[in-house]
This record gives sequence, C-alpha cells and structure tokens, in this order.
Amino acid sequence: MGFLNFFLGEKKSSASVAKERLQLILAHERNGRSSSPDYLPQLQKELVAVISKYVSINPDDIKVHMERQGDLEVLEVKIELPEPK
Amino acid sequence: MTKIVVVTSGKGGVGKTTTSASFATGLAMRGLKTCVIDFDVGLRNLDLIMGVERRVVYDLINVVNEEIKLTQALIKDKQLDKLYILAASQTRDKDALKQEGVERVLEELKAMEFDYIICDSPAGIETGALMAMHYADEALVVTNPEVSSVRDSDRILGMLSSKTKRAIEGGEPVKEHLLITRYNPNRVEGGQMLSLDDIHEILRTPLIGVIPESESVLQASNQGTPAIHLADTDVAEAYKDVVARFLGEDKPMRFTEAVKPSWFKRVFGGK
Repeated sequence: MGFLNFFLGEKKSSASVAKERLQLILAHERNGRSSSPDYLPQLQKELVAVISKYVSINPDDIKVHMERQGDLEVLEVKIELPEPK
Repeated sequence: MTKIVVVTSGKGGVGKTTTSASFATGLAMRGLKTCVIDFDVGLRNLDLIMGVERRVVYDLINVVNEEIKLTQALIKDKQLDKLYILAASQTRDKDALKQEGVERVLEELKAMEFDYIICDSPAGIETGALMAMHYADEALVVTNPEVSSVRDSDRILGMLSSKTKRAIEGGEPVKEHLLITRYNPNRVEGGQMLSLDDIHEILRTPLIGVIPESESVLQASNQGTPAIHLADTDVAEAYKDVVARFLGEDKPMRFTEAVKPSWFKRVFGGK
C-alpha cells in the first residue's frame, strides 16, 4: 500500500481529514457561541425603551454588538440620534 | 475541604460511567473518602458498573425531595470502606432534579467530610448534565478519538466556562482535564485515528490521561467491578495513573505508543 501510494501520489490519511474538518467546524461554532450572548436582543430592546423616553428614535437606530479581541470582550453600543429639525 | 469533580462528555457511550466508577474507586484506594453520584436520572447505570445494583433501596431523588435522610441512600462499597455510591432514580424524569435540592445534598456530603464528590453526568446538554456540572470545582471531560465526540466535548468545555456556578458568580473557573478513552495507538500510527496531539491541539485542554481501547472494560462491566480493580490490565494501570496525576504526581503517559506485531505474526498472520 505505502509503496503504491508513493508512486500514485500521496493520499491523505483519514485522521488528518478528521482533524481538518474538526478545526474548521469548531472555529465556526466557537465564534457563534462567544460573539452573540443570548441577552443581546433583550438588552437592545430595553435600551430602545429607555432612550425613547427622552428622544424619539427608531428601534433600528440602536446597534448592539459583542466582539472578542484576544482575552477581552468588547460590547459595542451604537446609537444614532435623529437629525435636529 | 471537599472537592466536587464532574465527569462529563456531551456524547453518550464514550466512557463517563466507566471513568466515574474507576476514578472514584482509585481515590478511595488512596484512602480518600469519596462519594460517587449518578446524575443520569431515568437511566441509572452506575450501580451496575459498581456492582451494587441489588443494594439500591433509595436514590438521589428521594434525598433531593427530602423523603429520606442522605445516610439512608448512601451505599457503602463492599471492598473499600472510604467509598460510597449514590444511585440515580429509575422511575422519575430528569425534571425531578431541582438545583436547590442538589445543592443541599452536596452541602450535606461536605459536612460529612468527604474528600471528593464525583458527579457522573448524563449524556447530552440538558438539565441533568447542567445539574451535574453546576457545582463542580474540577471537570474530567471524557473524549474518544472520533469527530463527533471531540465536537461534543468542545461544546461541553464551552458550557463549563459559562453555565457553572463558578462561571456565573465570576469566581475561579472550573479546572478542566481532558481524558481520552478508547485510544488505539496502532490505528493512530496507521493514520486512521486522531492522535493525542491532534485532540489536544483542537480542544486546548490539559490532558490528564489516556485509557487504551481494551476488552477488559467489557469484562469489568460484565462482572460489576470497576475496571481499575482488574489486576495487570492496561486499563487499570492507566486509570491509576489518572488518579495519581489528579493528585499532583508526575507520571509519564503510558499505552500511547503503537506495538509492532512480532516477526512470527507478520509472517504467519494473526492479529
């Protein structure tokens, strides 16, 4: 087998295929887990409610986003205020 | 101080109960007072693996519901006087496990001056598994060298660092240990099985041991003897090493190198 493979071109072992597939899917799944904790939608709703008390804004004008930078988790809240009339 | 250790994996059939039984037994063999609790409510099996199935009268749910005293449900091991087993209920469903009740049982065990409480988690990521890991100080994550098991272990590692009491209260994180079971060095060398280094690289969790794939595990469960008791087997030796490393001893990994078939076998065939 090894002898033939040598001439017919190297075929990847099934273990290394498994490793590559795992690394890909886990990188994806870990991202999904850490970048959007489940309280974000609720947080966004409440922020809209609080700010609407003082300024009239559109729910879409508030963007809440969680990001990982190395060991730090950064919560980014972007609020667009309506242009003064 | 009592330490709570959860044995978990996500995927079923990878060796959680086998590991819980042997690990708890190994600690008790060292003279440490140990209690092993089956959290698999509805599908109890730890009692069979420990060989105490005919001595189960009361179970974890009876204690959680305050129907009986904890001491009535604790089953003392026949061989080791420092080892106790708390069986799971067969008749109730997993929702019968209430967090306050579980906490009270663990507090009572602490008051009885147990050195270690081993929580044998059910498979999956639902109530039972969450309950088993919630109060853990340390975790043994059992993984087979196989894609679905590694993926599920990654998921469980994520939960250990986000859903446990330590994670929620922002304390010191649960100390995680990776235990690889059903390892076959010959197949690893042939490129047919993920290697230790592969799994370690993917999961990035300190390795506490490797249990080789072996027929003695089935033999042990047939007899109702924890595998660590089977004299002169690789599996028993490997579990003893795990216990030693857990207690801080420095032991090199064993049973991880491929064994070449002998000259005789290569010529005349055989395994």
